[in-house]
Amino acid sequence: MKPGFLAKNPSVLAFLALLALFTLAVTLLSTAYGAEIVSTSMVKTLGKTLCLCLIAIAMDLVWGYTGILSLGHFAFFGLGGYMIGMWLMVARTREIVLASAAGVLPMTLQELSDAIATQIFGVVGSSELPAIWHFAGSLPMQLIFVVLVPGLLAFLFGWLAFRSRVTGVYLSILTQAMTLALSLYLFQNDSGLRGNNGLSGLQNIPGLAADQDHLSVWFLWASAVALGLGYLLASFVTSGKFGSVMRGIRDDEARVRFLGYSVESYKLFVFTLTAVIAAIAGALYYPQAGIINPAEMAPIASIYLAVWVAIGGRGRLYGAVMGAAFVSLVSTWFTGGRAPDLTLGIYTVKWVDWWQVLLGLSFVLVTLFAPKGLSGLVDLLAGLRTPWRGGTPLGPDDGSLREEEAVE
Amino acid sequence: MLEKQGADYALSDPVSGAPAGTAPKAEIAEIKPNSGVRGLIAAALVQFHLSDPDPAQRRAALEALAREGGAEHLAPLAAAIEGESDPAIKAQKERLLGLLTIRFGATPAERVTAIEGFGADMALDFRGALNPILATARAAFDGAPAGNVAQELRPGQRGFTAEEAYALLVAQGLAPKRLTRADLRAVLEAYVENGAVGGVPLAALDDPAKRDAAYTALEAAGLVPAAATDDEVANTVAAHRYAEIYAEPDAAVTTAAAAALQSVSLKVDAMQGIDLGLDALSLASIYFLAAIGLAITFGVMGVINMAHGEFITMGAYTGYVVQLWIHDYTASILVALPLAFAVTFTAGVAMERLVIRHLYKRPLETLLATFGISIALQQLFKNIFGTQARPLTAPDWLDGAWVLNDIVGISYIRIAIFVLALIFLGLYLFVMKRTRLGLEVRAVTQNPSMAASMGINPDRINMLAFGLGSGIAGIAGVAIGLFAKVTSELGSDYIVQSFMTVVVGGVGNIWGTLAGATLVGFLQKGIEALNPSNTLAAQTYMILFIIIFIQFRPRGIIALKGRAAGD
Amino acid sequence: MKALLEVSGISVSFDGFRAINNLSFSIGPAELRAVIGPNGAGKTTFMDIVTGKTRPDEGRVLWGEKSVNLLRMNEAQIARAGIGRKFQRPTVFEDQSVTENLMMALKAARAPWKVLVWRPCPADHARVAALAAQVGLADSLTRKSGELSHGQKQWLEIGMLLAQEPRLLLVDEPAAGMTLAEREQTTALLVDLAKTRAVVVVEHDMDFVRRLNCRVTVLHEGSVLAEGSLDHVTADRQVIEVYLGR
Repeated sequence: MKPGFLAKNPSVLAFLALLALFTLAVTLLSTAYGAEIVSTSMVKTLGKTLCLCLIAIAMDLVWGYTGILSLGHFAFFGLGGYMIGMWLMVARTREIVLASAAGVLPMTLQELSDAIATQIFGVVGSSELPAIWHFAGSLPMQLIFVVLVPGLLAFLFGWLAFRSRVTGVYLSILTQAMTLALSLYLFQNDSGLRGNNGLSGLQNIPGLAADQDHLSVWFLWASAVALGLGYLLASFVTSGKFGSVMRGIRDDEARVRFLGYSVESYKLFVFTLTAVIAAIAGALYYPQAGIINPAEMAPIASIYLAVWVAIGGRGRLYGAVMGAAFVSLVSTWFTGGRAPDLTLGIYTVKWVDWWQVLLGLSFVLVTLFAPKGLSGLVDLLAGLRTPWRGGTPLGPDDGSLREEEAVE
Repeated sequence: MLEKQGADYALSDPVSGAPAGTAPKAEIAEIKPNSGVRGLIAAALVQFHLSDPDPAQRRAALEALAREGGAEHLAPLAAAIEGESDPAIKAQKERLLGLLTIRFGATPAERVTAIEGFGADMALDFRGALNPILATARAAFDGAPAGNVAQELRPGQRGFTAEEAYALLVAQGLAPKRLTRADLRAVLEAYVENGAVGGVPLAALDDPAKRDAAYTALEAAGLVPAAATDDEVANTVAAHRYAEIYAEPDAAVTTAAAAALQSVSLKVDAMQGIDLGLDALSLASIYFLAAIGLAITFGVMGVINMAHGEFITMGAYTGYVVQLWIHDYTASILVALPLAFAVTFTAGVAMERLVIRHLYKRPLETLLATFGISIALQQLFKNIFGTQARPLTAPDWLDGAWVLNDIVGISYIRIAIFVLALIFLGLYLFVMKRTRLGLEVRAVTQNPSMAASMGINPDRINMLAFGLGSGIAGIAGVAIGLFAKVTSELGSDYIVQSFMTVVVGGVGNIWGTLAGATLVGFLQKGIEALNPSNTLAAQTYMILFIIIFIQFRPRGIIALKGRAAGD
Repeated sequence: MKALLEVSGISVSFDGFRAINNLSFSIGPAELRAVIGPNGAGKTTFMDIVTGKTRPDEGRVLWGEKSVNLLRMNEAQIARAGIGRKFQRPTVFEDQSVTENLMMALKAARAPWKVLVWRPCPADHARVAALAAQVGLADSLTRKSGELSHGQKQWLEIGMLLAQEPRLLLVDEPAAGMTLAEREQTTALLVDLAKTRAVVVVEHDMDFVRRLNCRVTVLHEGSVLAEGSLDHVTADRQVIEVYLGR
């Protein structure tokens, strides 16, 4: 990175400082390292929220900047989680098997792997390790897979979709279909990933004797570092000419093409890059959640991701982070039953039941009245006023077309 | 048969009723009705039931025979055919006689004739009679295979590995069991001495080769029996021959049965194809009904309505609520259909007025806003109706199925849905091509500003089109609710397939939607037929196929061409 | 003189309507050409074909000294090969500043990974400033282009076209929405550009074409009706019929 990059992007510095401050504060208040005010489960929730902020940044890059409304990024998030989960499960099961090994003879490799396979796949009535688990015992390989598998999937899907110039709502529906296909596939017992049982017991890190109090703080640190790096990367990508091209593709794809940029390559690049960011976020999220199953990857999760980014404000990285943090924390608060019931004379509003309704409606309201979302508040505070930008004026001959048609 | 005559009992033949003299009470022993006796009595009774004056009795007897007929029933059955007056029952008797002859006929020739007499009959009972004849078992032989050989097997060929061959030998006692890894481990653990087995230190025994070496050392010491080595196993396997042997000893019968079954199975396959086609057609009609409203809103306004699934659910719940008040199912359905249309039409218009109107030209944001409505509505349904399924009952005349033969059958509800889909296709075509509203809708679709300048109010048209699309979703909801569980997630189960239908079919053309529904429906059923155990996998493959399909027809099967498509 | 662009025998139809019918056209490396014709003559479709937006049903489009087949290339490749296009209505990226718009158009590597690490050097800034000065936007460099007036957007787009340094410029109705003074400025610019590269101007306005003072190609119903100097073609009976006959 060139010197002066941070100087030109003061918001990055502010963000990183806030993030560091937040991490430090949580650490000092945690059970493991400080005042024991923030419970371990709260630390985990905060750590998970940081991961969600990271995937929100990915979503903002692909949607807010490039204009591709992907309804599939949670699939990459989940895949990342599965890849790291495979290692966690195998390594942990190996420890358990070795610890509980009966008999005087040491185990052969074959016996060990059979025992592990029986432990892991007993629930789906199998006792063999599927071929995709071949490298599951090796942490470096699975870490490579965290990046490689979702990256390849995104590349392949993106290549097919962008090559045939599928755009707009068509593309959104196609990504949704991809996500559905993937989650349905994983729901099968013979998919090799334990069907709807998913992977569990991921909160224990093999080889580390630390308790959950400490682990949760370490994961918070790791998530904070990943979020910080992700933010840096994203602002680097969006700051220069690449960012210009991305926004150009969002606003007028055909024009960018006539400038000589291969729009398809750019989309593919952004789609794959964000898929990888999402996968890394997932690989950090699921060890904190402790369990992953295919339901996490259902299309609805990806749509919620779009909701977060929209509520936070598209096209601004801090907006995405704000949206993800705000909505997911408020959501946890309401659905966790901690919100007090609202008594309206004859009817008592139980927030566990009514939160979804509130979320859905507030989402509609944000789309209608505050397209800039929460980050619009930041503008208001800063006194910034961006010029009003309505639709592109259409020339006399194009009046008959809708805007998106005229643009093509 | 006994009849009391003073001190004695008059005897009569139970079959003919002819007197058989009398006997004093002492000479009549009471027979305990154990199972053997009951069987004898039942066999004897069969011929009475078969020629009972009441046809219902005769039919019942035939059904009982079809279930548990045996060799002893052949003669009474044959005898009962002659005097049968009812032609239907006579045919049934003859058929049953044939079936019993196939299984229990005295001579092979008789049985072969019976088999051939059925031709390529597809009924389940005929196939049920043939299948046990063709049952086979695998066996190993020292020399040439004996018995009625179905086919000889060679170890290593498809479906018959050398391990299976050896297992067969072990099962027949022709070879000793192999030493499994678990056995090996147990044996070695039993002979641990001074931290070593057979001279191999314990710590080294995590290596399979070392374990074998330790066992060999124990063998050499004479402590354990010799285990078969791989070479010995291979030799033993090679020294035997293997075959599948029919349980039925007679070759002529099995040959005839195999031939009959083959010709039957061809016909059965064809019939199953037809049945699958009917299934696919009914699924296609469901998708068509679910997607047509979506296609209208997408085609006319370029708006993806993510809440479309919830409108379907709304229709189904309307049907449920109507049935709470109107208990006659026929009447309630007749009320529910227009009412569901009215309810969802109103909801659609309200949504268009309040939300979508403000988001024209921002299709992605419309998608998200309608999604917000979708999650709110879904939760609202849960809050009102609970999470458990609510009943929406079809009238009696829709129960049951139209059965063509043992293979081809389709339930009346599905036929009704097919008819409903046809009606809507016709209605849509009529409205679009023959009415003023249709003309205006087409005008707005093609060129909103030109339409506006000709005095058409695009706002009103958009509102009506959206209401219409939503209203049809409501009717589809009632139809789907009749056979599916009515829960708050009813609609979302169909929504992705509906999107697929619209996308695959191509936007802005009813025939495209029809083609899309047909393709998606047939594809799903076809893949399910290839992989019947796994509907999840079938859906996965279908979606993958559609993603690839979009590569070649990005604008669907029936795409608008030229400038209008905005290429 | 070898032609820079050679279009021969192309035809294309939309839903049975023949928009271009056996059209042939060629232009040299440093030539100014005006294409005129009534509405629906196929002017815009012709440009769409050359820039790769529309594929013709038949015919050939050859480019440059090596006679590269343009029909095998996509829009971006054609643009990189050196064909720039200015649209009828100004299409600039309204959410971005004038500088950003010009930077994006500046001739440089176009591959994603190269663009990712590309950062403007002082020479690039100087070039952008010079271009902005040339199109009269020197004071508006940091303004969002969405704030510009219609005429300024036209000029910005011309500036972006120049920044691409194309060998062939396709300009669709450049004078639309411009004041008289601006028109004269545009004319001068186009004439000046045509000294070093090929320029094709599609125009309705006969006065504007007259001022360009160049060879004129008249299109009608998808094919070339006449070609030559403006005086020559305006004297052509067929042309008069087409323009005045209805």
